[in-house]
Amino acid sequence: MHYLFEPGLFGSGPVRTALLVGAVVAITSGVIGVFTVIRGQSFAGHALADVSLTGGSGAFLIGFNQFWGFLIAGIVAAGLMEGIGVQRRRGRDVATGVVLGAGLGAAALFLYLATQQTSTTGASFTVLFGSIFVISPDTVPALIAAGVVALVVVAVLTRVLLLTSISPDLARARGVHVRTVGIIYLAALAVSVSLTAVAIGAVLSTALLIGPSATALRITRSPGWAMAASALTGIAATWLGIVLAYDSYYWPPYGHGWPVSFFVVALVLVGYLLTYVKRPRRLAPRSPHEGAECSPA
Amino acid sequence: MGSTMTNEAAPRSAAAQATPPGARSTEPDLLTLDNIGVRLGGRQVLSDVTFSLRKGEFTGVIGPNGAGKTTLLRVILGLIEPSGGQVLIDGQPVNSKNKAAIGYVPQKLVIDPDMPLRARDVVALGIDGHRLGFALPSRQRREMIEAALDDVGAARYANARVGELSGGEQQRVLIAHALISRPKLLLLDEPLANLDISSEQEIVAVLGRLAREQKIAILLSAHDMNPLLGVMDRIVYVANGRAATGSTDEVVTSEGLTRLYGHQVDVVRVQNRVLVVAGE
Repeated sequence: MHYLFEPGLFGSGPVRTALLVGAVVAITSGVIGVFTVIRGQSFAGHALADVSLTGGSGAFLIGFNQFWGFLIAGIVAAGLMEGIGVQRRRGRDVATGVVLGAGLGAAALFLYLATQQTSTTGASFTVLFGSIFVISPDTVPALIAAGVVALVVVAVLTRVLLLTSISPDLARARGVHVRTVGIIYLAALAVSVSLTAVAIGAVLSTALLIGPSATALRITRSPGWAMAASALTGIAATWLGIVLAYDSYYWPPYGHGWPVSFFVVALVLVGYLLTYVKRPRRLAPRSPHEGAECSPA
Repeated sequence: MGSTMTNEAAPRSAAAQATPPGARSTEPDLLTLDNIGVRLGGRQVLSDVTFSLRKGEFTGVIGPNGAGKTTLLRVILGLIEPSGGQVLIDGQPVNSKNKAAIGYVPQKLVIDPDMPLRARDVVALGIDGHRLGFALPSRQRREMIEAALDDVGAARYANARVGELSGGEQQRVLIAHALISRPKLLLLDEPLANLDISSEQEIVAVLGRLAREQKIAILLSAHDMNPLLGVMDRIVYVANGRAATGSTDEVVTSEGLTRLYGHQVDVVRVQNRVLVVAGE
């Protein structure tokens, strides 16, 4: 018989670091993800993750902190994608086929070379699928700072991003530099993606970016609540994922914990599916027509 | 994002001045288009477009699809640079300051049902959606938002998600969004497209009331002039890259439109409706 909260869970240094970093990552990607979904930029988020993987694996190969690898490659990729015009369909095709292909190919090479050098196969797994239990405490301040910067940028741009998402023309007519706002947003997204890459892995970062926001957008009506609900959903999935991963040490095969990333992504999926089980009652009728349809003729 | 907004309220209860049909008010021109020409991708889309708008006037920009109606509105908004001529607001060339006098409702807006915006959030973005930072809720803001929603009869669904409203309801919310900054001129691009007949009539009535009671000049594009005949003071008929301006009776004649289109066109009037049909 084991408990959800195993004895010693909160006394463990790596677990405490993981819970802290997990919260920072979940808040950042939760808030930024809301805009990713309403701007229809999930693809851009995924593309940034793929290219930042190249940076993370390159940093790993030369023995550098992977976070900086993820971050620098992500920012460069954001600039590249803006140049290609990732919002256009053709730009998207080119980005997928050429840039992402090349990025992932380079990542494959870096990881292969790195495993040849160190002969530890677990290392490539860490880069691909995250390493929230082995984050060195020295990196934590940088992670928090990066998250705060990305959040502040998006907070400053909130109204402009919302106006642009109603209609770019409307924003342009009001004097908003829509393209500049798009580039800055993409850079903030790159920061968020590189944080998530450290926690649950570059390959899975899109799940934590999109999942909690998509869940929040189904249960809230206003932008503030959507961001709050998205961040809280993300935190819940991440923390519960960390706890379950810690517990899974006693699961078969005994003595080998399951990866945190698996639990986080699975919980994100469960959360999203729950919104379909029972759609929460709304406080006001959504449209007067709706009430009219229900009332007896 | 350098534009600022003036909150100069138009006198809301100014007594409606009765003007005989066809005659224009003695107000100075609010918006003037002087010999506007537009080239897009090497093609001359519009040439020699000249007309003006005065306070409280309801003007319809009418013409077939692809005639350049949207282009014309985009020139006024400063989104397209004209190849010739100039746009004046209150007698001054358009700049970021006097552009705040224009409220705009773009065409074919499809707001996703997942968009986390209530009707009141969309209207709030009309106050300061182009600014950085975020606004704290205040009683003054709430009252402004509710007044704008009331003006267009959208107060009932203030708290509904805008993406879940019907087309006509969304259109009202977008008009409230444009109105809240107290523009002197409201530009609407095909606001009646894809609306059922009753929503269409309601929107036209709302706009007619705004022009009459709040003295807002309204410039609205549409491919069918019939829903507007009861409220339209003036018409800008766009066809074949050119425009004819005046009262409906002056402009919409077989001779006038034949000249504009460059081929025989017949104007048929049936029970207060106007049909424009290609001739032999």
